[in-house]
Amino acid sequence: MRRRLTPYLLALPSWLWLAAFLVVPLAAMASVSTQTGNVVDGFAQTFSFGNYADALGRYSTQLVRSLLYGGAATLAMLAIGYPVAYWIAFRGGSRKSMYLFLLLLPFFVSFVLRTIAWGFLLADDGILFGTLKGWGLLSPDFHVLATSFAVIAGLTYNWLPFMILPIYVGLERVDPRVIEAAYDLYATRFTVFRRVVLPLSLPGVFAGVLMTFVPAVADPINAQILGGTNNTMIGNIIQVEYLTNNNYPTASALSFTLMAVLLVGIFAYARALGTENVLEAAAR
Amino acid sequence: MDPLLLRGMTQPRTRRDVFRLAGLSAAGLALAACGVQGQKQAPPKPDAVKDFWSKQKKNGKVVFANWPEYMPPDQAPLKKFQQATGISYEYKEVIQENAEFFGKSEPVLRAGQSLGYDIVVMTNGVQLQKMIQLGYVVPLDHSQLPNFAANAGEKYKQRSYDPGNQYTVPYTSGITGIAYNTDHVKEDITSIKALFDPKYKGRIGMMSDAQEIGNFGMFALGIDPEKSTQADWEKAGELLKKQRDDGLVRKYYDQSYIDAVSKGDVWVTMAWSGDVFQRQLAGEPVKFVVPEEGGTIWTDNMLIPKGAANPVDALMLMDYLYQPAVAAELEEYIQFISPVPAVKDILQQKAATLKGEDKETLETMVGSPLIFPSEADYAKLRSYRTLTTAEEQIFNRVFQSITQA
Repeated sequence: MRRRLTPYLLALPSWLWLAAFLVVPLAAMASVSTQTGNVVDGFAQTFSFGNYADALGRYSTQLVRSLLYGGAATLAMLAIGYPVAYWIAFRGGSRKSMYLFLLLLPFFVSFVLRTIAWGFLLADDGILFGTLKGWGLLSPDFHVLATSFAVIAGLTYNWLPFMILPIYVGLERVDPRVIEAAYDLYATRFTVFRRVVLPLSLPGVFAGVLMTFVPAVADPINAQILGGTNNTMIGNIIQVEYLTNNNYPTASALSFTLMAVLLVGIFAYARALGTENVLEAAAR
Repeated sequence: MDPLLLRGMTQPRTRRDVFRLAGLSAAGLALAACGVQGQKQAPPKPDAVKDFWSKQKKNGKVVFANWPEYMPPDQAPLKKFQQATGISYEYKEVIQENAEFFGKSEPVLRAGQSLGYDIVVMTNGVQLQKMIQLGYVVPLDHSQLPNFAANAGEKYKQRSYDPGNQYTVPYTSGITGIAYNTDHVKEDITSIKALFDPKYKGRIGMMSDAQEIGNFGMFALGIDPEKSTQADWEKAGELLKKQRDDGLVRKYYDQSYIDAVSKGDVWVTMAWSGDVFQRQLAGEPVKFVVPEEGGTIWTDNMLIPKGAANPVDALMLMDYLYQPAVAAELEEYIQFISPVPAVKDILQQKAATLKGEDKETLETMVGSPLIFPSEADYAKLRSYRTLTTAEEQIFNRVFQSITQA
């Protein structure tokens, strides 16, 4: 009897933790999302599912934009991150751990501060562009801050290690003997990469994309600090609806919509990659 | 123990059971979370207020939550307060934005918990109004505020958002106007039209706060925001939308506008008076002007939040800051508008004892209509529109559709 209970008892703390800090807030948020009212007179449960339609009607632009920015940033991270991970995994030699440490070093500084620092770096008359303009290499009107490019670049920079690390782990696990075998069978370097290394590293890529796309889509900081007009992302909207307008139902409805869209996206992505089970792939 | 109960408790649960339990408790919680109680309060009766204050005692400490750059870095006025009264203080620069501060405080106060601050400073506007309506502000005991009665200017005793200073006393006032970077802008800007001038395309900063940007849209159209209607807001919204869609606006700023204009990322921007003077003193190329069409005057107010642990000490500190000498010391650093008119004479006398650059700086300050506005200056200035909760929703929607696009 006791033996049969043991696994459940061992899992109990995490069940309680999830119940208290995931299930309860989610249930409360679901309830709030269909309420109506205002902060002074209070909110009442009216099962007003129109909140969702209203929120989507008003903010679909920002939702779509967030998915595009998040997608673009994820692609950029993949393009930058894969070669870095590849290089560390296969050419890092004895210094691998130092390279990984260097990669993580900027993350000892807070997220917001790093983003503000980018703001200083990219300022119109700042260190970089000010100097280039001084040499006459750029037109005086050139600017990067307050554009969608700046927001996507910021997202890419801020989440890059979360792309590199899982890919690195995936590549690290590729058995060198498999690669050798491929060469023995007269594969070219490109074929080895395309037919052997890349497929074996796909679970890492999958995990990397998951870990970066989701937070990048929901991030409000980069758009706020690096963006300009018409660069608002859905995270900013949720923040404004919650903190400024105290419109808790709309903020909750938007959060749920975002969650649903991301979940659907992730499962579609898992399907496309031919992964039977999302969780399994991520955990492998 | 009842054998049935024992069996029920010890029988292994299947996974499905666990899910069912979790689902049930979630459903129960969801039901429990039905509705967020409204807490709209009737104004307290004078007896109740008297009763409250008669029970309070001095505790020997006070926690003051304020905005950045609202206290000299050496905190001299607070240190003197500590010496004079024996009350120790904690000073926290935790308030960056009214909406955010209210948004974070509201759930705490609704739960009947204390914010941990004895004095907080909030601008007149919708959030302060909500704080008062929801009963989150402790009414003041004016018998313990003799310096306020003696030294506050008449204008600061008659304010539409808090008649009779029942809940708040002003900390400082300021003006929302236009700041420009003199390295890039070679003309003297006098009109709000500069914010709509194609010459500065992509170099114009506007504020993201709905009331701030709304007022400027209305000034540009010659509408008095205090008396504006929904139709006026929509007209102002259209003007501001066009300004954005023509690519004139670079960004809708919060407090970060001041760095942007002093670095030259924007050349012309909506701005708060005191920020710009502080930057001028630091030698940065920025200039402030109240547009001839009008500017916004606002007041940051001290109040005691509900549940504050040390209300008597808080009152003593509030009153202390109304001593003219203390107010003058604060004003010299803050550079917004002091609610104590006697400050002008004190600074004038101080200027007479100084020499060189210090004297010049102080004299400029005393002579500035933005720090000591005349009646004529005040006539150009308008407050925010007082909004009911229903009006606020429309107002925010009109202007946020521009700033949050």
